[in-house]
Amino acid sequence: MSISIVLLPCTGRIEEAVLLRAFEKGADGVMVIGCLEGDCHYVNGNIRARARVGRVAGILETIGFGPERVRMYNLSAGEGAAFARFTGEFVDQVQTLGPSPINLARGQQNQESTEEVAAT
Amino acid sequence: MITGTPKPIEEILEMIEPYEKIIVAGCFGCVTVCRVGGEKEVQVLASTLRLAREAGGRPLEIREVCLERQCDPEYLDPMRPYVEDYQAVLSIACGAGIQFMAEKFARTPLLPGINTGFLGVTERQGEWAERCQGCGDCVLHLTGGICPVTRCAKSLFHGPCGGSVGGICEVSRDVPCGWQLIIDRLKALDQLENYGKLKPYKGWSSARDGGPRRIIREDMI
Ligand code: SF4
Repeated sequence: MSISIVLLPCTGRIEEAVLLRAFEKGADGVMVIGCLEGDCHYVNGNIRARARVGRVAGILETIGFGPERVRMYNLSAGEGAAFARFTGEFVDQVQTLGPSPINLARGQQNQESTEEVAAT
Repeated sequence: MITGTPKPIEEILEMIEPYEKIIVAGCFGCVTVCRVGGEKEVQVLASTLRLAREAGGRPLEIREVCLERQCDPEYLDPMRPYVEDYQAVLSIACGAGIQFMAEKFARTPLLPGINTGFLGVTERQGEWAERCQGCGDCVLHLTGGICPVTRCAKSLFHGPCGGSVGGICEVSRDVPCGWQLIIDRLKALDQLENYGKLKPYKGWSSARDGGPRRIIREDMI
């Protein structure tokens, strides 16, 4: 499973729409990594992000994607090993869940159109 | 401001079931302030609907727009050139905005994406409370700035009913008795004599009881 890293100056910049957009673009899961709570350079950016991640989890649950596909972690910029550990943990979690319903639907459609091409 | 709450996604999905190409329209007025129908909510709702529909095998095309206001004709006009390219408009403005759009775009079905609430205030982030019912004949100068029409569950005009106990309304433990609030405030303002100045009866013809209302300001026409 591949991961892509999107850098932002602060998790406070992350809107619910940005997270949902990632799923539209084909992400099977999105992890948000912010500074430790109480350590935000912009005072409460990571606290806002936590609330937004929670709301997106709620939306994903409502539409049958599962709330586990989005998750927030907090660590300090110096904790490379923790970053690797969290990433590994989240990738395992998403792999267990499998492709998101939208990717499944797209995969099915691709298969159908390939079959159509094969049939012509 | 006019407040509202989002409709459940399931209900919206059912509403848009017949369509493949819709507009999701927000409003930069009240519904932006109470975080139910502004630009951000348009983006979130549109993404949510696209995800749900595509996952179900029926992708949905959405044009996302947010108008300055949906209750003023000049802000609806810019939609005119493209509105009929879409099968429906899902509006997350208040009921007034949605209806005005329906009037202006006669051939396009309009769908409500929120449940419009009441004229209220933000008591704290995420909590709104009703303050005015637009009765058309304001008496706040006599009632210490507290509305008897709204804050009294029975809209009484001559003091509390027998259901007021310890300053709490019989309707719910969470509702303070409007009349207790009024009397306490009049006392604090040393204006208790205002209580006696309330009209013997209130004319309700300027309120909703007189049917749909209209304001005509000759000086502005
Ligand atoms: S008296 Fe009428 S206009 Fe004044 S706040 Fe109450 S409902 Fe609104």
